[in-house]
Amino acid sequence: MRRITRIGSTAAALLLAVTAVVGCARSAQTITITIHYSAFDPPRLTVPRGVPITFVLVNQDPIDHEWLIGDASFHDAHRTGTHASHGGVPSEVSLPALETVETTITFDEAGTLSYVCHLPAHESYGMVGELIVGG
Amino acid sequence: MRRPWLSLVAATAAMLITAAPALACGGLIGPNGAVNLLRTTTFAGYTDGVEHYVTSFEFAGGGGAFGSITPLPGVPTDVVRGGDWTLQRLIRETDPIFDEAFAAFDAGGESAREAEVLLETTIDALDITILRGGGDEVGLWAKNHGFRLPPDAPEVLDFYADRSPIFMAAAFDADAAAARGQALGDGTPVHLTIPTDNPWVPLRILGLGKADGELVEADVYLLTDIKPALMPNAGAFAESDGLILDHSEGATESLLDDLRSDVGMEWVPDEAWLTKIVVSSDAGELDFDLAIDASGAGRPSATDAGYAPFGNNPVPAAPVALYLLLAAMMVIALPIIFDRWVRGASRTPPLAGA
Repeated sequence: MRRITRIGSTAAALLLAVTAVVGCARSAQTITITIHYSAFDPPRLTVPRGVPITFVLVNQDPIDHEWLIGDASFHDAHRTGTHASHGGVPSEVSLPALETVETTITFDEAGTLSYVCHLPAHESYGMVGELIVGG
Repeated sequence: MRRPWLSLVAATAAMLITAAPALACGGLIGPNGAVNLLRTTTFAGYTDGVEHYVTSFEFAGGGGAFGSITPLPGVPTDVVRGGDWTLQRLIRETDPIFDEAFAAFDAGGESAREAEVLLETTIDALDITILRGGGDEVGLWAKNHGFRLPPDAPEVLDFYADRSPIFMAAAFDADAAAARGQALGDGTPVHLTIPTDNPWVPLRILGLGKADGELVEADVYLLTDIKPALMPNAGAFAESDGLILDHSEGATESLLDDLRSDVGMEWVPDEAWLTKIVVSSDAGELDFDLAIDASGAGRPSATDAGYAPFGNNPVPAAPVALYLLLAAMMVIALPIIFDRWVRGASRTPPLAGA
C-alpha cells in the first residue's frame, strides 16, 4: 500500500513537472513597440529565453522605418546591407509609414541584442533599442 | 485681420559644391535622404495683408530628383515664376562684399490619408504642389511622391502643421533641368502670393535632416511698411538665439525702384523698412521660427515663433539673473566711483589766476 502511494506521488510529481515545462514553453508573450518621431518606445526590453515573443511594431510616423534585431555582427552587416526591404525573416522587419506589423521570435540564447532602424541617418538619429534575453 | 504686417520673403540661394540643386527656405532632401543645403537666402515682403514670398531653386549639377518641403503661413493665391534678380538686388543692398556674393549667387495607395492638394504648377524643371494637411498627411504624401524624408521630419512637420497646415512641396528634376539646357548655377525663382495676417518666417525647417552640431546658415530679408518687432529679438542683448540683425533701416528709394521693376514685383510700396537677419545657428538649437509684428504694436507672437504651446521650447525669458548681477555690480561700483571722483576733485589744483 505504501509502495503504491509512493509510485502515485512520484507519477503526480512528474506529471506536474512536465506540465510546468510544457506550459512555460507555450506561454508566448506579446510586446508592443511604438515608433514615434523616429524613436523606439520602449527603448529597452527584457524577455525570457526559449519563449516565443510576438512583437507588435506600431509605426506612428508618416515615414518608413525598419526593426532589425540582432547582435553586433548582424548590425554591422545590415549597416552596409543591400536589402531594400525586409520581410522574410522574423528578426528583419520593414515598417511602412503609419502601419503596424507583427513578428514572432524565440530567443534560444541568453544575451544582449539591439534593435535598430538602418535606413539612412535613422540609427545616428537615435533609432536604437536594447533587448536583454534572460537566462 | 489680426494685424497688418510686413513683407517677408524667404528664399534660397544655396550653393552646392557637388551634385544637387540649391534650394530655398525648405528642407532639401536628396535621393538618399541626405540634406545638402548649405546656405539659403530668403525674401519675404508684406504689405496690405499679403505676403510675397520669393525663393530660388538653383541647378548645381548632377542628376536625379530632389525635393523640398516648405511650411507656409497661408494658402497661396498664386504661384508663378519670380523675377530674375530680386534676391541678387537685395544681397547687393546689404552685403558690402557684393561682387563675391553676387558671383556666388549666380554660380549657383493610402490616398485617403494623404494631404489635400490645393494647387499644382510647373515652373521650369520644378514641379510645385501646395498641400493642406497635418504632419502625417503631408509626410505620407511626400513619401508616396518619391520624397525620402529624414528621420526628424515627422516631428518637424507636426511642429508646423499645428500652426499652419499649408506646405509647399517642390520636386526638382535635375535630369529635366539638364535637358532644358539649364547650366550650372542657373536659378529658378518662385514667387508665392499669400494673403495672411499671420507673419512668420520658417527657420526650423532649415535644420531638417541636419545633425546636432551642424551649422545652419541663412539670410532672411524682410520688407515691411514700418520697422518690425521680432521674436526671437535678433541683435538684442542676450536674446539673439543665433540670429544676427545685420541690417535694419529704411529701404532706399533706389532699392525699392529696382525691386518694383522686376517681374511680378509691382506690389513693392513707395516706402518700406528693410531688415536682414543672418541665421548662424547649431541645427540642434534652431527649434523656433521668426515671428514678426510690423503693426507698430511691438508684440510678435510667441506662437508664430514656434514657442509654447506648440513648440517644445518655452518663450525665452528675460535674462533676469544677468540683469540682477549687473545691478548688483552697479550698486557696489557706483559709491566707489563717486568716492574716487570726489577725492580726485578735491585734489584738483586751483585754476591758474584763481
